[in-house]
Amino acid sequence: MSDLATAQKETLARTPLHALHVAEGARMVPFAGYAMPVQYKAGIIAEHLHTREKAGLFDVSHMGQAVLSGPDAARKLERLVPADIIGLASGRQRYTQFLNEAGGIIDDLMVTRLPGEDERLELIVNAANKEADFAHLRARLSDLKLDVLDDRALMALQGPKAAAVLAKLVPGVETVAFMSWRAFDWEGTELFISRSGYTGEDGYEISVPGAQAEEFAARLLANRDVMLIGLGARDSLRLEAGLCLHGHDIDTQTSPIEAGLAWSIQKRRRQEGGFPGAERLKRELADGLTRKRVGLELAGKAPAREGAELTAQDGRVIGRVTSGGFAPSLGRPIACGYVERDFAAPGSDLNVIVRGTPLAARVVQMPFVPHRYFRG
Amino acid sequence: MSGIRYTKDHEYVRLDGDVATIGITNHAQEQLGDIVFVELPAVGKSVEQGAEAAVVESVKAASEVYAPLSGEVVDVNKALEGEPAKVNADPLGDGWFLKLKVKDKSQFDALMNEAQYNDFVATLS
Repeated sequence: MSDLATAQKETLARTPLHALHVAEGARMVPFAGYAMPVQYKAGIIAEHLHTREKAGLFDVSHMGQAVLSGPDAARKLERLVPADIIGLASGRQRYTQFLNEAGGIIDDLMVTRLPGEDERLELIVNAANKEADFAHLRARLSDLKLDVLDDRALMALQGPKAAAVLAKLVPGVETVAFMSWRAFDWEGTELFISRSGYTGEDGYEISVPGAQAEEFAARLLANRDVMLIGLGARDSLRLEAGLCLHGHDIDTQTSPIEAGLAWSIQKRRRQEGGFPGAERLKRELADGLTRKRVGLELAGKAPAREGAELTAQDGRVIGRVTSGGFAPSLGRPIACGYVERDFAAPGSDLNVIVRGTPLAARVVQMPFVPHRYFRG
Repeated sequence: MSGIRYTKDHEYVRLDGDVATIGITNHAQEQLGDIVFVELPAVGKSVEQGAEAAVVESVKAASEVYAPLSGEVVDVNKALEGEPAKVNADPLGDGWFLKLKVKDKSQFDALMNEAQYNDFVATLS
């Protein structure tokens, strides 16, 4: 058979939780220059379902953490992203994208306005793009200070039990609102905790100093509701939640409007512009799109993978799958991809070409599994 | 000589008379993880040694299963359509993929025996 993983010889960076992953029987794979756990002994399906039922602990230390600071930091960051950053209240977090001049997505990120008098913005960016993102920030916002927090680990605790589990170690986290951030003291260690994630569930992202990361993870794992979750289930969970993966569902060619991310561009920014690609986004919002990212439900059991062509009933190619796989919570395959606008309405019947054979697929609303964010 | 033979692509073949039962090895199912879909060939199809005979899909990815021998497909494991996880649970038993009526048994004898295959797998980690 083809494509079995083989031993990696290249040198990979390790996260502060590397030894824990190995001890827990993880299958380590190269990802964005890091050795990362794709799954543990339980397997992707069990890890996925555990996260939906209880609480999953993810090591996402490969992602970039940084603080951008200086006078007018919020206003200046707005030159690079389409979200309203000036209007972001202290301790609040927002999802946005670094755009290129053509309105394509260089990367997507989370921005938090840190509490305090100084203008300080915490940024969390994708692992694969972090060096490029930081270079972009330094080049374009050279009068601001960029501190990369590469001595800190990042973990996500996600699932309906996440709040109860984390509150046992860090009392008070249960009161943090969705898309909010707070610093906590855990036995003398400063944690940065936001109530957000990438699974569609309630949960947190927790920034921990690297030296304390393993101890903190072990304390979480001592709770029987917590299971370590690898990148495999992280991907299936985010796909069920309809969330985009940069480099796949969004890239330097796709705009946030095409990707269905218009919700992340607040009214003032739509009106005023002032970010790269503003003309394209304004045009797409006013005149409509030529293509749109949609969810796809497959009639059969065969998964459609990234790159599979989407065709109309007459056989004409009208789009392409950008993420696809088996949805453990649904027990069947799902996918998302871009289609021409005439085929983007929910209920549109298409075909997806899997190994040369057209299989029936239907456009559906995303998310595939309802979000269960904490709405306090 | 009867028994079980293995390929470097992690398929196994069990030969009974001139009928070969083919599946993927325990090592293969471990590496793939949870199997969610198996695509099997049509009964009556002729396959050549080394050609794609089936497809196995894990949560993450699709992999081709190659025919370890040439022959005609005489049976496929339809139970895998409803329960692909049988490949994880019992790859050498209930998780078989297909049966071939073989043309040339010398192809079987040339494959790795169990000891050779185990040595081969040991070199991969």
